[in-house]
Amino acid sequence: MSQHLVVEATQLVKRFNDLEAVKGVDFSVEQGESFGFLGPNGAGKTSTMRMISAVSQPTSGSLRILGLDPATHGPEIRGRLGVVPQEDTLELELSVRQNLEMFGRYFDLPRAVLRERATELLEFTQLAERGDDRVDDLSGGMKRRLTIARALINKPELLILDEPTTGLDPQARHLLWERLYRLKREGVTLIITTHYMDEAEQLCDRLVVMDHGTIVAAGPPRELIERHSTREVVELRFSTDSHEELHGRLNPFAQRVEILPDRILLYVDQGDDTLRAIHAANITPTSALVRRSSLEDVFLSLTGRTLVD
Amino acid sequence: MHPRLGWPRWRRSWWYHATYYAQTWRGSVASTVLFPIFYLAALGVGVGHLVTAHTGLVQGQTYLHFIAPSLLATAAMQLGEGESLWPVLAAVKWIRSYHAAAATPLEPADIFVGKLTWVASRAFATGAVYTVIIALFGALTSWWSVTLPLLSALIAVAFSAPLVAFAARSQTDGAFAMIYRFGFVPMFLFSATFYPVSAYPGYLRPLVQLVPLYHGVALSRTAAFGQGSLGATSLHVLYLAAMALVGILWGRHTLQRRLVD
Repeated sequence: MSQHLVVEATQLVKRFNDLEAVKGVDFSVEQGESFGFLGPNGAGKTSTMRMISAVSQPTSGSLRILGLDPATHGPEIRGRLGVVPQEDTLELELSVRQNLEMFGRYFDLPRAVLRERATELLEFTQLAERGDDRVDDLSGGMKRRLTIARALINKPELLILDEPTTGLDPQARHLLWERLYRLKREGVTLIITTHYMDEAEQLCDRLVVMDHGTIVAAGPPRELIERHSTREVVELRFSTDSHEELHGRLNPFAQRVEILPDRILLYVDQGDDTLRAIHAANITPTSALVRRSSLEDVFLSLTGRTLVD
Repeated sequence: MHPRLGWPRWRRSWWYHATYYAQTWRGSVASTVLFPIFYLAALGVGVGHLVTAHTGLVQGQTYLHFIAPSLLATAAMQLGEGESLWPVLAAVKWIRSYHAAAATPLEPADIFVGKLTWVASRAFATGAVYTVIIALFGALTSWWSVTLPLLSALIAVAFSAPLVAFAARSQTDGAFAMIYRFGFVPMFLFSATFYPVSAYPGYLRPLVQLVPLYHGVALSRTAAFGQGSLGATSLHVLYLAAMALVGILWGRHTLQRRLVD
C-alpha cells in the first residue's frame, strides 16, 4: 500500500438488514488533499463516512484507514481522526471551553495540554471571547465552529466533516470554509460530504459523486464538469407549463436539453450566441440566464435528477 | 503525540460523567441532603409516633429504625433510574453525546462501563450521605451499616444497567413515564418499604418478594440492624447482581447496535 494514501477502500459494502446503503464503492484519499462525497440525501454518504470514521464496520470489502484495518485497530485509528458529525452533539449546559477540555479527555490528553490547546482552538475558530459562555447561548454558526474545534482537539491527521455547513447562513458558511482552507494549508487531510455543489467546488480537490449507494463519477470538480457537461448553461423560464412541446423546439439549439419542473436547461458552449438564436427564432422565455456549468449539472446529467429537491 | 497507555478507556467515560456532574450538581445536592431529613422527620418521627403508640415495635425496631434503611434503598433505585432513562436517550438521540464519544478511541462497551461505574460512584456517595443522616437520627444499630454505601451502589447499578439498555434502544421517551408511574411508584410503595411483608396476606407475599426493590430494602435492613440469615442475604445480593448482569449483557448489545451498526 502506498505511504501517501490516508484512506483506501475497495468494493466497500454496507448493508442494514434488507437495505444496501453502500453498494461496493472504490476510492482512495491521498495525504493532504481535500476529498469530497457529493450526492443527495440517502445516497450512502453518511454510511460511507461512518465506515471511514472507523465507527461502523463494513459489511464486506476492504478498508484501510491511515494504513490500518479498522476491524482490528478501531480505537487507534479513531485516536488520530477528527470527526465533525452532521449534528453538533455538544453539551449545551456546559461552557464552550468545558466542551473542548472534557472531550479532549476521551483522547487521554493531560489537562495542561488540553488547556493550552483549547485556548489555541478557540482562537482559531474565532470563539476566544465566548470561552466561558454556555453553548446553548451560541448561534448556529458558532456551535458549528465549536464542533470543528472539538474535532481538532487531538490534532488529527484526517478531519472528516459530514455536511459541515448545512443550515448555516451564507456568512457563517464562508467563515467556516475559510477556516477549512487554513487547515488544509496546514497539511490536514479533509474528507467532506455535502449536497451543496458550490461547497464541493470550493473545498474539494477531488470528489466522488454518489447516488443510490454507488459512485457515479470521480475526479477533480473542474474535470468532472468538463467531462460530463458543456461549458455553459442557458436557463430559461416560460410562462407556459407545456415544457414538453418546447423541448422539441429548443432541441436544435443545444447539445442537450433538460426539462425541470420550473425551468429548462440548455447545455451549450456559447450561451450568449444560443440566447440570440432563440430570440431570433421567436421563442420568448419570461427569463433567461447564462451561467457556467457546475457540479449540479454533472449530477443532473449522470442521474437525471437535481441534487437538492 | 501518542496517547498514554495504562489509563483504561472506560475510565475516560467515567471521568466525563463525573466532570459533567461536577458542573451541574448544585440542584441535586440539596435534594440529596434535604430529602432524607424531611422523610425521616415526617415518616420516621411523625408517623412513627403513631405507630409506636398503637403497635409498638415493628419487627423488633422502632418505626423510625424500620423505615430508615428502605429510604436508602429507594433513593438508590431512584438514582439508578434518574441517571439512566432520559439522560441515556438524550445521549443516543437528542444531544447524541454518546455518538460523539463513539467517534473517539472509546468503544461502546467503554461508554457503558464508564456510565455504570459512574452510577455506582454516585450511588456510593449518596449512600454515604444517607448513612450519616440516618445515623444522626439514631437509626443505625449495627456496624454492618458501614456496608450501606456499597449496597446503595449495588441497588443503583441493578436498576441502572437494564434501564440504560432499554433507553439505548428507545426511539421516544413515551414508555419512560409509564415505567415510572407503573413501575417505580408502586415499587416504592409496596416493596415492604413502610411496613413488613407480613402485613400482606400469605398469597401476596411471594409476589412482593419478586419485586426488585424488595430485595434492596431487605438487604439494607439487614445491614442496618446486623440481623438476617446468610441464606436470605445471599439471595438478595444474588437477585440484584443477576439483574445488573442481565442489564449489562443486554445493554452491551443495544448500545453497540445504536452507536456502531
